[in-house]
Amino acid sequence: MPTQPLYRKLRSERRSNSVADPTPSTAVDATGAEARIPSTDLLGVYRMMVTSRVVDERCLTLQRQGRIGFYVPMQGQEAAQVGCTWALSPEDWIFPAYRELGVALTRGVPLKLLLDQFIGNSGDALKGRQMPNHYGYRAFRFVTASSPVGTQIVQAVGTAMAARRKGEPIVTATFFGDGTTSSSDFHSGLNFAGVFRAPTIFFCQNNQWAISLPREKQTRSETLAAKSVAYGIPGVVVDGTDVHAVYGAVAKARELALAGGGPTLIEAQVYRLGPHSTSDDPRRYRSDEELNAWKAKDPIARLKHELLADGQLTEEADHEVWESTKAEVAKALAASEAMAPVQPRTMFEDVFAHIPLALEEQRDQFEALSAPGATKP
Amino acid sequence: MSATEPVLVPLEYQEEELTTLIGPDWADRLLHAYRWMVLGRTLDARMLGLQRQGRIGFYGPATGQEAVSVGAWMVSKPQDWIFPGLREQLLALARGHSLTTYLHHLFANDLDPARGRQMPCHPTAREVHYVSMSSVIGTQISQAVGTAYALRHKRDPSVAFAFFGDGATSSNDFHAGLNLAGVLDLPVVFCCTNNQWAISVPVERQSAVAHLSEKATAYGMPGATVDGTDVVAVFASLNGAAEKARSGHGPTMLEFVLYRMTPHSSSDDPTRYQAKDWMARAQAHDPVRRLEDLLARRGALDEAKRALIALDADGEVRGAIATAEKVGPPLSESLTTDVLASPPAPAGTGSDGS
Amino acid sequence: MTELTLVQAVNRGLFEAMKSDPDVLILGEDVGVNGGVFRATEGLLKEFGAERVIDTPLSESGIVGAAIGMALYGMKPVAEIQFVDFIYPAFDQIVSELAKFRYRSGGQYPCHVVIRTPYGGGIKGGLYHSQSPEAYFAHTAGLKVLIPSNPADAKGLLLTAIHDEDPVLFLEPKRIYRSVTGEVPDGDHRVPFGLASTVREGSDVSVFAYGAMVPVAAQAVDALGAEGIHAELIDLRSLVPLDEKALLASVEKTGRAVIVHEAPRFCGYGAELAAILAEKALYSLKAPVVRVTGFDTPFPYALEHLYLPNAERVAHAIRTTAKAA
Ligand SMILES: Cc1ncc(C[n+]2csc(CCOP(=O)(O)OP(=O)(O)O)c2C)c(N)n1
Ligand SMILES: Cc1ncc(C[n+]2csc(CCOP(=O)(O)OP(=O)(O)O)c2C)c(N)n1
Ligand SMILES: [Mg+2]
Repeated sequence: MPTQPLYRKLRSERRSNSVADPTPSTAVDATGAEARIPSTDLLGVYRMMVTSRVVDERCLTLQRQGRIGFYVPMQGQEAAQVGCTWALSPEDWIFPAYRELGVALTRGVPLKLLLDQFIGNSGDALKGRQMPNHYGYRAFRFVTASSPVGTQIVQAVGTAMAARRKGEPIVTATFFGDGTTSSSDFHSGLNFAGVFRAPTIFFCQNNQWAISLPREKQTRSETLAAKSVAYGIPGVVVDGTDVHAVYGAVAKARELALAGGGPTLIEAQVYRLGPHSTSDDPRRYRSDEELNAWKAKDPIARLKHELLADGQLTEEADHEVWESTKAEVAKALAASEAMAPVQPRTMFEDVFAHIPLALEEQRDQFEALSAPGATKP
Repeated sequence: MSATEPVLVPLEYQEEELTTLIGPDWADRLLHAYRWMVLGRTLDARMLGLQRQGRIGFYGPATGQEAVSVGAWMVSKPQDWIFPGLREQLLALARGHSLTTYLHHLFANDLDPARGRQMPCHPTAREVHYVSMSSVIGTQISQAVGTAYALRHKRDPSVAFAFFGDGATSSNDFHAGLNLAGVLDLPVVFCCTNNQWAISVPVERQSAVAHLSEKATAYGMPGATVDGTDVVAVFASLNGAAEKARSGHGPTMLEFVLYRMTPHSSSDDPTRYQAKDWMARAQAHDPVRRLEDLLARRGALDEAKRALIALDADGEVRGAIATAEKVGPPLSESLTTDVLASPPAPAGTGSDGS
Repeated sequence: MTELTLVQAVNRGLFEAMKSDPDVLILGEDVGVNGGVFRATEGLLKEFGAERVIDTPLSESGIVGAAIGMALYGMKPVAEIQFVDFIYPAFDQIVSELAKFRYRSGGQYPCHVVIRTPYGGGIKGGLYHSQSPEAYFAHTAGLKVLIPSNPADAKGLLLTAIHDEDPVLFLEPKRIYRSVTGEVPDGDHRVPFGLASTVREGSDVSVFAYGAMVPVAAQAVDALGAEGIHAELIDLRSLVPLDEKALLASVEKTGRAVIVHEAPRFCGYGAELAAILAEKALYSLKAPVVRVTGFDTPFPYALEHLYLPNAERVAHAIRTTAKAA
């Protein structure tokens, strides 16, 4: 290595965080003790993680059977998703990516509603318009996901700025993957949040892969959390298979944000145990050894072990958790599959608040043409 | 101008230090640098005047930023690639782009190599490896990275220099470019000219970091903040970064802190947003005067020489203006050429080729 | 000649170009180890190495911006955007930079980048894996836009694109990546730009289509033969430059025109074709020009079979046009 370049360094003084906002950032002791999940909640957390796993496995099968068109599994990320959402308030807004089943379930989105979306039937809140996994439910403050990665990040910052302006004591939490740290909106989102000190939690699930690209080829940054330095905001790395660690980091970030201290970037280190999606074959790019090493750190097994150890759970009770969850999923699925398909007419709705004349004309032509016998000579 | 003349912040280099940093010929080299800086300064003043008189359509000065262009000229080799930001025109000139040709561009006349297509201050100077720039902030950054990839791929020992402002650190291509350069470890030097303003937006509002160079951390590359009104510091830091890149040790991000001493452009009115004492602070860091002062104190520049250099610059600029102003507008055929390699006329014959 | 699918033909084209010209390189997301999510770059990493088949971070503006920088230096980068639906982060680099470099530098900095990307509906991809945004790019001066509809054209147009001097957006109809097969000439097969291809000859109605709509339109045209309507089907394949002569010659012969594309109708590429016919062939027209297109809505998931023009809709339009006074 050549010697360090020679130059005069300018005096290093930290600027006041933002000209827009005189609130001091020292209001909160960022070194406070880690919050822990109340022990009485732990069984609930566990059940939520199990539910995520059961739905996930069921859906992979449904896709293979052609009963749903596509699926994005989240196995391996249960502790990160459930732990994070557990630390949020139901009033907080969620801006998810496409892999956030555990977040949606923890938020309380009913199973059937999710399955309706996967099928794209008439019960689907999105009217069958999006691919499976790209759901959103206004009532649950769970904003509709998009496929282009990263777009939700800067949107979450905007909502946080608006909420703060309105004096609402809430935060926004946005979810994204390791690959998404390279996207334009990651950059804009964190930069805006730093400048405007938006109460946003950036929850990055580093599942080590962006489809076939491993984490180390995504960026030279030492950790993903270290990218927070570029935006003048705190960054934290947590073991995303440890539900307590995730909960603690999120609770702290939330407290900081609510006190006016601005955003936090949290990197939860996890592993995508399944394929990127049902269209992907991970054996093309990663080894079984790597997969097995992470399987040994299965977050569900980890929590189960803890619950068994402190007597909150027995093997029989655990069996019951799995079986009752499976039954619940089967019931919801039966109800979803009994739903009618989505009505063709809905295709023309929601483009604008009101259907424009020209589109109405297209709809009428379409309906005339699809009437029985309409296209016969 | 404020009523009280601001006190210049002097450059405190001793002769030994200059010899170490620049070489035994430091006096000649710095004097040469000074000439270019004076030329740039003179050109800015004249062209802003011409713009006000309606003789050119627009002007974007680089007053206060001369030390960066000239420092980069001292460091860069002819085969290196320059991807300029908004204010590196002086670098093109110092690298050998003819002043008269640049004036043709400013007048958008028929002899402008780009045929009057771009706004003034967007020169193209291929002969000195100075890439055509656009007005869109930041786009050149990822392009420089691509060229750096090609340089390495072709075993070309050159370096790509990407220039951009403080505002551009918020752009998509800053993020994309630095990330790619970090991952692929490419021979590129990122030169951020932090003139503390993006039009009316102060740098505090651009980012919450204390120093923009901290952004290098996010891409796993070294970063440093440098006094951008000190041509010696600019030279030394750039030289280190360029040599590091040239020897296969990857990218560096340098932040040059300096002062924009003029409006953003001829269309801007900074009294709407700048504090009253801004100009005084800026003048205390005037890179031309700081170098002039250093050279004078080290005995390399006396008043007669200074006056001569000023006169030369003035004459050169006047001469180029006179030549360029005589040339007529571009031929109207240039409205449709250079869109595609071949004329856009329909090529088809109407029949299937097979 | 080798029998190939469309995606294999793309792969063969890339292989051929990289083999014959060491300046050709590929960059994009998942193009290396994974061979591309559609396998268009399968085997190229193994053959040509990681220096020429570059797996990039997840950043489309980085991919295109870097490709531009490589091209400025004289390389011939072929950038892959995984789905055209994800091209928008690079829209700035494509529209502001790539398309304008030559012009803005007075011809000094031509910038020859090929951007390949799968486009179009029919794979149950919902809003973001289905779009047909060709009109945005055809509207941009300085870009060439190609859309093959069969394997031979896919290879031939791609090779012409890679060896061209201008930036080219190469849109691949992913719906027929595997469903359409055909004989593809071996070696350096080239199909010139600006040359439409007559898929069916006919005298009653002219049908203009491209990409995945060509087989759909062909099905409609074939069915109508039995009704005594002989439609001519023209595959435009080169949207920019457009084979205007073919467009006008066919309509001068038939006096009737049906335009088919899956993109929304309003300001779609078909609007340009209709405008050219109005300007230059009005007196040949015996009936109004008819467009069969996607609706002016985003692209739906569950109802995509109703959104996309099908053979029935195309046949209905041809029939109506043929019978119009
Ligand atoms: C802008 C954009 N480019 C490309 C894609 C295609 N794509 C979908 S997911 C993905 C990888 C995302 O990786 P990461 O952010 O790590 O999230 P993960 O899928 O691992 O949860 C890519 C490249 C996309 N959806 N959006
Ligand atoms: C993408 C883009 N957005 C906005 C503008 C308008 N604009 C021109 S210069 C400028 C400020 C640039 O600031 P900075 O990067 O600090 O460079 P400086 O002008 O200070 O040298 C803006 C906003 C632009 N040219 N491009
Ligand atoms: Mg990932």
